[in-house]
Amino acid sequence: MAEDLANTEPQQDAADIPLLRIDAVVKKFGTFRAVDRLSLDIRAGEFFALLGPSGCGKTTLLRMLAGFETPDQGRILLGGEDIAQMLPHQRPVNMMFQNYALFPHLSVRDNIAFGLKRAGMPSPQIDTRVAEMVALVKLEGLEKRRPDQLSGGQKQRVALARSLARRPRVLLLDEPLAALDKKLRESTQFELMELQRRLGMTFVIVTHDQEEAMTVADRIGVMDSGRLEQVATPRELYEAPVSRWVAEFVGDVNIIEGQLETREAGRLTVSTRDAGTIAVAEPRHAVTKATLCVAIRPEKVKLSRRGPVSDPPHSHAINRLEGVVTDVSYLGGVTSYKVKLDSGAVLRSSMANTARIDIDAYSAGQRVVAWFTPDDCVVLEQ
Amino acid sequence: MSARNIFTRPARLAAIAPWLWMLLFFLVPFGFVLKISLSQTAIAQPPYVPVFDLTQGAAAVKAALAALSLDNFKLLVSDDLYVLSYLRSLVVAAVSTSILLLIGYPVAYGMARLPQRWQGVAMMLVIVPFWTSFLIRIYAWINILQHDGLLNKILLALHLVSAPVVWLSTDSAMYLGIVYSYLPFMILPLYATLAKMEPALLEAASDLGSSPRQAFWLVTFPLSLPGVAAGVLLCFIPIVGEFVIPDLLAGSDSLMIGQTLWLEFFTNKDWPVASAAAVVLLLLLVVPLILYDRLQRRQLEQAR
Repeated sequence: MAEDLANTEPQQDAADIPLLRIDAVVKKFGTFRAVDRLSLDIRAGEFFALLGPSGCGKTTLLRMLAGFETPDQGRILLGGEDIAQMLPHQRPVNMMFQNYALFPHLSVRDNIAFGLKRAGMPSPQIDTRVAEMVALVKLEGLEKRRPDQLSGGQKQRVALARSLARRPRVLLLDEPLAALDKKLRESTQFELMELQRRLGMTFVIVTHDQEEAMTVADRIGVMDSGRLEQVATPRELYEAPVSRWVAEFVGDVNIIEGQLETREAGRLTVSTRDAGTIAVAEPRHAVTKATLCVAIRPEKVKLSRRGPVSDPPHSHAINRLEGVVTDVSYLGGVTSYKVKLDSGAVLRSSMANTARIDIDAYSAGQRVVAWFTPDDCVVLEQ
Repeated sequence: MSARNIFTRPARLAAIAPWLWMLLFFLVPFGFVLKISLSQTAIAQPPYVPVFDLTQGAAAVKAALAALSLDNFKLLVSDDLYVLSYLRSLVVAAVSTSILLLIGYPVAYGMARLPQRWQGVAMMLVIVPFWTSFLIRIYAWINILQHDGLLNKILLALHLVSAPVVWLSTDSAMYLGIVYSYLPFMILPLYATLAKMEPALLEAASDLGSSPRQAFWLVTFPLSLPGVAAGVLLCFIPIVGEFVIPDLLAGSDSLMIGQTLWLEFFTNKDWPVASAAAVVLLLLLVVPLILYDRLQRRQLEQAR
């Protein structure tokens, strides 16, 4: 399954030059390398997310795209032109700031018109464009208000309209929804996606919220310590992480360490201390090390009283682990279980609550079989 | 007694306290000054008539009230000496405040852009002169500016002048003294508004196509206007009534109203005219004072 995912990634035309090419960029603060020889291509019309823990360098990278920081080495090519040393006010990109940075002394209208006036646009055209932007973000009737008379959600819209008004070639969004409450954040995520598709613009968003990144982005670049760990579609990132770090950073995961034992017909067997011998699907990349990690997402671990009810044809390959349920967390859509295996290791499982009546629920202390197929496993070399 | 009353009684007292203070230390003394300004000078103790004496009965008080007149105010308006003094005070205050703003703004701006740990040091440097008595600092300037003072010695040593220059008892010396003394009052409110300004606003301005110069005039300066107004009023109001600095550093050919007032009171022993001058000065300053009060209120409301 993991191997097939490569085909679902949008295909890149050979002739298609990326709109934005970040080429071996280095940014140091003192001796600290905030961004460390990072290269990345972003295509025109793409919604790209930079995801990572705080301090991973994602904001520094975004600020270099905006021009607030200058790379120490490397190039930033926008449509083939190196903009790395260009001043912010000369760049055809705009940024939506984390706390919006609306001008408190200007009305909504004047905030949106600010960039247009600097561009020397004649005032009748400014009026048209501002009206267009106000309609786009649904702020009609609030044009004369000042930022301190707006709600958080309204401020966010003004900031978005202001950064879109100049029709930038790339729109940079720095944690644009961090200040909103959960419900509003979710609805705004869909509005952002809809807006990006409708305008056909290139968006680069920085976020530490993986759900947000997975919701809005076509592709996600996961960053750690100034480097890109993986650049992939949300699905590939989740189902086929390239490293243990990515697997653990994106979503929940069970990691079982072990030694490679045999390899035959697209199957590897891994002997582990925690879960005995596990059969796993052979990964796309060649396995070179003897010590491996097997990563299994909790929702891939099924629980049953006696193991799979009707065994599929290759049932011999299904991994069955016996243990006792120690923890049950009912979360609404899913129920999350912790199963203490007979080896002492703890395996997490989450099962969708597809029926209202809890015939499938397990309770703490109950003895169960936790099972998963070889295709459910991802093999990682640390 | 309900629990509510226990808390409201001290709260009400606290609300009355500033009014009581104003009544005792401002309104009552002002009543005395106003009364004296309506009296006539006399060679007596106290040196004016009429004097209210409540022991003499209601008829005497009524007679004293009838004796009050606006003569002193008429004199203030008709005599050039007073009109010119008021004008000079306003001009000196306006010129000094302009110079203070021109010097204070760049200093405050520079301070606000220093790294955080240096901002405290810069603030100390601005405040440190307050640790020395104001009068001593003005006398130090007399020392520097006098005929064989430090300034002339340096100028002579550098051969920039061939003979000592007269600095003391000139308007330049007075402006120097005023600007020197009031600079912290201009810098501190400006610094306070500039330091709390969000740096992201300047980034946003530059992101939206403003050059650094445009960003300053379109964002930084308009947002610092409350600080400018506070600094200007904080300097202008007391400079209008300034007495010590012009008396010690300026020449004696033209007087500020504070000096005229002093002359009337101590040299001429004309308490009623001096009081009338003080009342008019207060009325002149009421306008900027109200402006200042409004501004502070608005800032308090915004901070909420």
